[in-house]
Amino acid sequence: MRALCKRYGEHDAVRHIDITVARGEVFGLLGPNGAGKTTTVEILEGYRARTGGEVSVLGHDPAKRSIELRRRIGIVLQSGGIYSHITPREALAHWASFYPHPRQVDEVLALVGLAEQADVRSRKLSGGQLRRLDFALALVGDPELIFLDEPTTGFDPAARHAAWETVRDLRALGKTILLTTHYLDEAQALADRVAIVKDGRVLAIGPPRELGVGASHYRVAYRNGDGELIERETDDPTALLHELTGEALARGERLEELSVGRPTLEDVYLELTADA
Amino acid sequence: MPNAVALTWRQYRLERRMFWRNPSAAFFNFVLPLLFLAGGGVILSGNQHNLDKLVPAIAGMSVMSTTFTALAYNIVFLRERGVLKRIHGTPLPSISYFGGVAANAVTNTALQIVIIVLAGRAFFGIGWPPQLGALVVFVVVGVVCFAALGVAFAHAIPNFESTAAYVNAVFLPVVFVSFYVFDTKSAPGFVRTIAEALPLKPLIDGLSGAMVTGAGLGGHLDALAVIALWGAFAVYLAVRGFSWEQSRT
Repeated sequence: MRALCKRYGEHDAVRHIDITVARGEVFGLLGPNGAGKTTTVEILEGYRARTGGEVSVLGHDPAKRSIELRRRIGIVLQSGGIYSHITPREALAHWASFYPHPRQVDEVLALVGLAEQADVRSRKLSGGQLRRLDFALALVGDPELIFLDEPTTGFDPAARHAAWETVRDLRALGKTILLTTHYLDEAQALADRVAIVKDGRVLAIGPPRELGVGASHYRVAYRNGDGELIERETDDPTALLHELTGEALARGERLEELSVGRPTLEDVYLELTADA
Repeated sequence: MPNAVALTWRQYRLERRMFWRNPSAAFFNFVLPLLFLAGGGVILSGNQHNLDKLVPAIAGMSVMSTTFTALAYNIVFLRERGVLKRIHGTPLPSISYFGGVAANAVTNTALQIVIIVLAGRAFFGIGWPPQLGALVVFVVVGVVCFAALGVAFAHAIPNFESTAAYVNAVFLPVVFVSFYVFDTKSAPGFVRTIAEALPLKPLIDGLSGAMVTGAGLGGHLDALAVIALWGAFAVYLAVRGFSWEQSRT
C-alpha cells in the first residue's frame, strides 16, 4: 500500500483526512461514533464515492472498483450478513473461488476458531461465531490489505482478546491492516499508529504512546468533607491513594465516591481539542 | 484463475443448493402451481375448453411467481441482511452474480413448466406441447422479463417487512386482470387494453399457443414483442437502479 490521502466534503461526514499507511503496518482510526471512520474506510473499500481529494489504495483508485484491487483486499464490514442456508465451510469454499491464490479453507477455519462449527448452517451460529465467519471470509482470499471496521464491537472480553490475537497473527504474516475502533485499549493493543478522528478531521496522528493515549495518567476523584468533588491526576495512583486515605482516616472522614480512572477517549479528545 | 464464466457456474450451483435447503421456497415453487391446477381442475372438470385455458394461465402465473415474486423477496432480504454488500466487496464480477441468480430462476421455472406439462397431460386431457420451440422461447423471454422486473421492483421496497405488501399489490391485480381477460371475450375494452399492455397476458397467450392450440411463435409475435419490450425496460431499470446496500434512511 502506497498512500492514502483524501479530502472530502460528503455532507461533512469526512471533511479533511490525510493519511498514509505503510505496508505491513497496523493502522488504527480511532474516534467516537459518527466521527467519519466508517465513511472513510468505505471510501477506501470502494463502497462510497468521495466528493473530493485523492485516494490511492495499493496503487489503485478504489472508486473505479477494479477487480484487480478487490483481489488484493479483504473487508470485514461493521455489519455484513451471510446466506442462512450454507455452512461456514461452504461459504469459505465459495468465497475462495473468487480469488487467484486463496488460502486453504480448513486453515482459515482453524485460524478464526470455527473448525468445530465448520458444517453448521450459518443461521444456527451465534453472533460471535458469525463475526468470526466475517473474519474468515475476509481472509480466505489471502489479501495484502485488510479493512476491519469495528471488529470487536459487542464482543465479550474473551472474544475480543481472541480477535486481537488473530489481528496480531495477520500482522506477523506481513499484512497491512486498517482498523477502526472506538475502544482506546484496542487501538493501543493493536495499532502501530493511530489517527484520532472527530467530526471528519484528524485531530492527531502517531504511535499510541506518543499521542498520550498510553501515558500513565490516572485520575483519582472523591468528595471531601465539605461535599466538594475533587479530582487529581497522577502517574502513581498507589502513592496518591495512600496519602489521601491516610489523611482521611486521620481526620476520621470517609472519601465518599472514591474512584480511580484511566483517561478515556473523551479525555484525550478534550485535551486535543483544547490544544487546537 | 477464476474467470467470469466459471464463477457464474459456481454462483448458480450455490443458488441451487440454497434453494433446495429452504423448504418453503421449494414448496412455493413446485407445490403451489399444482395446488392451483388441482383447485381449478376440480371446479372446471368435464369442460375441456376451460381446462385448456386453465393450464397455460397457471403456467404463466407460475413464471411470474418464481421470478418476479421470488427475486423481489430475495433481493430485498439479501440487501437488508448485508449479504449483497459483502458480495460487492469481493472480486466476484457483478455479471457472474446476476448470471448465477438468473440461471437459478430459469431452472426453477423450467422445472415448474415440466411439472405443469406433465400434470396437464396426466389429468387435464392436454397432450404434449405441440410447439416445443415456441414454449422454450416464451418461457425464456418471460423469465428474463419478470426476473428483471422483480429485481427492479426490489428498489422500490423499503424494507423486508413490507415486501409481501408491495409484491402482492402488483402480483395479485396483474394476475386477476390477466386471467379475466384471457378467460372471457366480453371484458370491457379498457380492461382488455390494460391486460394486453401488461406482460402477463401476452405470456399466457404465447404459452397457450405453444402448449395447447398449436399456434407457434408466428401466431403470437405481437405478444412476444410486448414481453420483450417490458423485458428491455425492466433490465434497464434493474441494472441502473440496483443498490447493493440498504439505504440508511
